[in-house]
Amino acid sequence: MKNKMWINLAMAILVAGLFFTVSCAKKTVVSDATTIEDQAKAEADAKAAADAKAEADRIAQQNLEERLANEKAQKQAKILAAKKRFVNQDIHFEYDSSKLTAMAKTGLKEKAAWLRANSSVIVTIQGHCDERGTTEYNLALGDRRANTVKAYMVNLGISASRLKTISYGEEMPLDYASSESAYRKNRRAHFAID
Amino acid sequence: MVYFTMNKRYCRPNMANKIILNILFYFLAGLIFFLVPVSAKDYDYINVTNPFLKKTPVAVTDFKAFNGHPEEVNIGKTALNILKQALDFTGYLKTMNPVSFLSNPGESGIGLGQINFKDWTGIGADLLVTGGISEENGKITLKLRLFDTFNTKLLIGKIYTGPQSQVRKMIHFFCSEISYQLTGKWGIFNSKIAFVSTVNGKKEIFSCDFDGQNIKQITTHKSISLSPSWSFDGKWLAYVSYAKGKPDLFIKNLKENRGAIVNFKGMNISPDWMPGQLKLAAALSFSGDQEIYLLTLKGEIIKRITKSWGIDVSPNFSPDGKKIVFSSKRAGTPQIYIKEIDSDRPIRVTFKGKNNTSPAWSPDGKKIAYVGIEENNIDIFVMPIDTGIRVRLTENSGDNEDPSWSPDGSMLTFTSTREGKVPRIFVMNASGSDPRRLLRLKGKQTQPTWSLSKGNKN
Repeated sequence: MKNKMWINLAMAILVAGLFFTVSCAKKTVVSDATTIEDQAKAEADAKAAADAKAEADRIAQQNLEERLANEKAQKQAKILAAKKRFVNQDIHFEYDSSKLTAMAKTGLKEKAAWLRANSSVIVTIQGHCDERGTTEYNLALGDRRANTVKAYMVNLGISASRLKTISYGEEMPLDYASSESAYRKNRRAHFAID
Repeated sequence: MVYFTMNKRYCRPNMANKIILNILFYFLAGLIFFLVPVSAKDYDYINVTNPFLKKTPVAVTDFKAFNGHPEEVNIGKTALNILKQALDFTGYLKTMNPVSFLSNPGESGIGLGQINFKDWTGIGADLLVTGGISEENGKITLKLRLFDTFNTKLLIGKIYTGPQSQVRKMIHFFCSEISYQLTGKWGIFNSKIAFVSTVNGKKEIFSCDFDGQNIKQITTHKSISLSPSWSFDGKWLAYVSYAKGKPDLFIKNLKENRGAIVNFKGMNISPDWMPGQLKLAAALSFSGDQEIYLLTLKGEIIKRITKSWGIDVSPNFSPDGKKIVFSSKRAGTPQIYIKEIDSDRPIRVTFKGKNNTSPAWSPDGKKIAYVGIEENNIDIFVMPIDTGIRVRLTENSGDNEDPSWSPDGSMLTFTSTREGKVPRIFVMNASGSDPRRLLRLKGKQTQPTWSLSKGNKN
């Protein structure tokens, strides 16, 4: 009976020991799992951060490119606008006059600046008149207007070889109406790029 | 004869009166003596340069058809219409309405002995034209006569023969004879008018007969062509064209395929041929200034005519070819000047108005027609050179430009916007009366230039 009791006790201790062992072992395992999980998370986090950075870089690059393209386009547009302005802004004259007004001189200075910035361009200065006056007289007046403009441009430092002239007299009006406003538009020197 | 009858009527048996009468008699006899050589000058019937000229009534009778077949009658009617239209075109003749005619020479006879002149003086016809036609195998013969009804005299009798296509020309030959007989000048009937038209889109040079008929296109540059001018013999035409990109001067022989292009730097414009010689004046700007030069037929510079800073343009020769009239801005505004080719001093002609251009020297050498602009009214004026008193020929009738004299000086052709605000070609009498449209084409017609008349002796 006594032996049976010892065995039982030993068994109980063993079981308890086992129990502890088991619980100890279990504890270690749990601890290991936690470490692995943290690593993965860190790795994932790092990757995400890298990805985010790459994405940010890409966006930044794209933005830069877009900005550059935009700037280029704007610059292009500005150049085009300047060219357009150069071609479209006519120099105007008083009735039966080939003298340059203050406004005409301002306009010509702007044109000279453009010609300096675009040194390969050759232009033809067209002299035009309003419909009043005779055909032949107006051809002569248009000739005179074109020559006056050319002389002023040469004085501003533009090479004479880049400036051709032609008179159209009253043959090519911008506005066909017979009104003061039409006459004002038609009395002009027009710059045409060759 | 009138003076002798008056003489008798006032005769009285009184010595003092008799002496006076004798004096009067010799005076009148002398007067007649002086008058005779004048009336012997056959062409003194009409002075076409008289600004108060009244039109002389002329009766033109139906043509006698010698063979009487229908085709002959029809051609005769056509010829009669051409004749009447030509005479009515002049500023000094007016054909009468046949309703008033008392006899019909087309039936009774067209010769001198067959005309009852009282039938014509009775209805107020100063002149009578009769005609006869015969047609045989396409050959037309026209017998045409002009009579002075009051003096019962045959002034002209002509026979013309040719194909039917030449009827218009034959009639106009006869009209030239009438003109020469009545005015001492060959008149307009052989003349042509060159002009600029946009009928085909671009400005091209065209020509037509004096009456706007027979329109022909001369240039086909498809560019801007301007300012035609006839040589004195009518064989050459000078004009301006942008055909090569800028205003250059083209000198073109109208029959043969030859000519020249004057294309100095700048503008080469406003040509005018010298009378009697194949030289021309034009405004060139290769020097940087618009000056007038004398050029050869090949376009070589003979000499520079004007020497003044500022626009000098639109030369027009005097009839003797020794002077030019031109527009110049030398005094600040465009004005008309006259200059001898071989002298240095130009004389200013216009002083009224701030814009006077486009001068044209009259064929008698005494007047300048030009364009004056005042308060946006563009009108044609004429100024006798000796008095310098200008007369306005157009008024309140659109813009009027480009005056050019008819070869006999009886008319002017010009451009006007009076109908529909579009420039069209008109003619008027030298006094400014009777303006009428010359031709009907689509588009704009400008810069008419009348050729000289060659007369009938080629």
